[in-house]
Amino acid sequence: MNFWETFYKNKLALTGSAIVLLLFLVSIFAPLFAPYDPGQIDLKNVLLSPSLNHLFGTDQLGRDVLSRMIWGARISLKVGFVATGVAIIIGTLLGAIAGYYGGWIDAVIMRFVDVMLCFPTFFLILAVIAFLEPSIWNIMIIIGLTGWMGVTRLVRADFISLRERDFVQAARVIGAGDLRIIFVHILPNAMASILVAATLGIAGAILTESALSFLGIGVQPPTPSWGNILTAGKDNIDIAWWLSLYPGLAILITVVGYNLLGEGIRDSLDPRLKK
Amino acid sequence: MIPLLAGITVICFFVMRLAPGSPVDLETQMNPKSSVEMKERLKTLYELDKPIHQQYWSWLKKLGRGNLGISFASDHRPVTAKIMERIPITILLEFLSLLIIIAIAIPIGVLSAVHQDSLFDKMTGVFVFIGFAIPTFWLALLLMIFFGIHLAWLPISGLRSLNYEYLTAWGQFVDLARHLVLPVFISAFGGLAGLSRYMRANMLEVIRQDYIMTARAKGLSERDVIYKHALRNALLPAITILGLSIPGLIGGSVIFETVFAIPGMGQLFYMAVMARDYPTVMGILLIGAILTLVGNLIADVSYAVADPRIRIS
Repeated sequence: MNFWETFYKNKLALTGSAIVLLLFLVSIFAPLFAPYDPGQIDLKNVLLSPSLNHLFGTDQLGRDVLSRMIWGARISLKVGFVATGVAIIIGTLLGAIAGYYGGWIDAVIMRFVDVMLCFPTFFLILAVIAFLEPSIWNIMIIIGLTGWMGVTRLVRADFISLRERDFVQAARVIGAGDLRIIFVHILPNAMASILVAATLGIAGAILTESALSFLGIGVQPPTPSWGNILTAGKDNIDIAWWLSLYPGLAILITVVGYNLLGEGIRDSLDPRLKK
Repeated sequence: MIPLLAGITVICFFVMRLAPGSPVDLETQMNPKSSVEMKERLKTLYELDKPIHQQYWSWLKKLGRGNLGISFASDHRPVTAKIMERIPITILLEFLSLLIIIAIAIPIGVLSAVHQDSLFDKMTGVFVFIGFAIPTFWLALLLMIFFGIHLAWLPISGLRSLNYEYLTAWGQFVDLARHLVLPVFISAFGGLAGLSRYMRANMLEVIRQDYIMTARAKGLSERDVIYKHALRNALLPAITILGLSIPGLIGGSVIFETVFAIPGMGQLFYMAVMARDYPTVMGILLIGAILTLVGNLIADVSYAVADPRIRIS
């Protein structure tokens, strides 16, 4: 059975794709979907509980929570993709070099991975942010810079098992250089595990960004993000439950969506991995 | 172990170099009386006039003496002392969370493997999936709203009530325990999903082994087969997973200690980051990495103790 046939029969994977697709649509058409301007302050209507006018209520400045969440979807999408992109590029390059060349190069890279894994990731991210400004670009890059180690291990393992295979030998015999062998011959065969790691990585990056924004060191107000709406939820925890409930639900559903999609892709690409 | 430790210090030193401006600027820019000569003297004092590898070496020598520098916060206390007074709280919380993770995740994993595809297995599967995806700080908020405000059963911040001083010893213990329930549960929650799923996979693999069939064939009860023969072998790799979950637990302490206002290392770290108290940030980053290293070492040693096959001669 080919990839699409298997994927199509996997209901959970389809659910995941539907969630992810919906998030894309909401992000792209945020200005159309949002009933209000997400930054519009209305001090006469602060902390209104959910009603027909404001489906998810209003926050402490009278802004419409639903509209802020719709715009917040854009932020998580952006953070998820950029952070994961950075992690995948670094992880793939280092993993490919380590796995292909082996020897002392491999030893140095893998010791570096071990050292990085000693740091509690969240500590490392916070420490770097303490030294830089917490802008959205810094956040995305830092999440990426601290999240590539797993990808390196995966890609390295793939390269080690592939580098002695016949097709690689054949390429070497007809005179292909190292770069060509790495990128044209071996890498495409390692794409499956990279794709799965990327999908699951997006979920992780979104969770990390929301936690950072919740602590006030991620996406800075007034830019709406699911995490910083939850900060307002904590500040008004005894009077406004809707500020805490809905953004968290959005994060949960998004992360579930990417996880389902990632596991679905893995099962369809390689049925042997299916548990 | 030693190369890892060296690598950790190199990365810490590198992160420290990211700071905008030098320590000299930080101390003099607010002082109108600072002169060029004074800046030079400070530069010599901080050894900023020396090449970078010498700076690293002298920083390392100070570390060896347990000197992490002086905090930039208004109390100007040594960083080592500030961290030391908060570490026991964080370690206590992490330890309790690990106990809870072990006590809940292992039975869940074993039972769902033994009763594969049963209703219990499916329900825990959903639980595990949500456990992987739920933001813990959000779960903390929901539990605070429900148990702390709606039902008013549990306190939602700090470690002690206002009347703590006037309670009996038992009362103080109960008070502390009530304050710990939510933070420990939240801290454990993230690890629960991972370990129970791992235990399930291990157990499924072990049950298919030949020696389990042998045990059944010689007429042992199902109970003995599962809990004596299979469980022991499935438990071993779980030790490694517990070791690997330590950085996550320590990193998570920033979130739950901040949410629940618990005066531990995570909260100190958060406050130091917000106040740009660089020496404290660096100190905690270093300590966090060393704690992780020690945790992994303990996991490796316990693995060797538990499994005679991998003991190194």
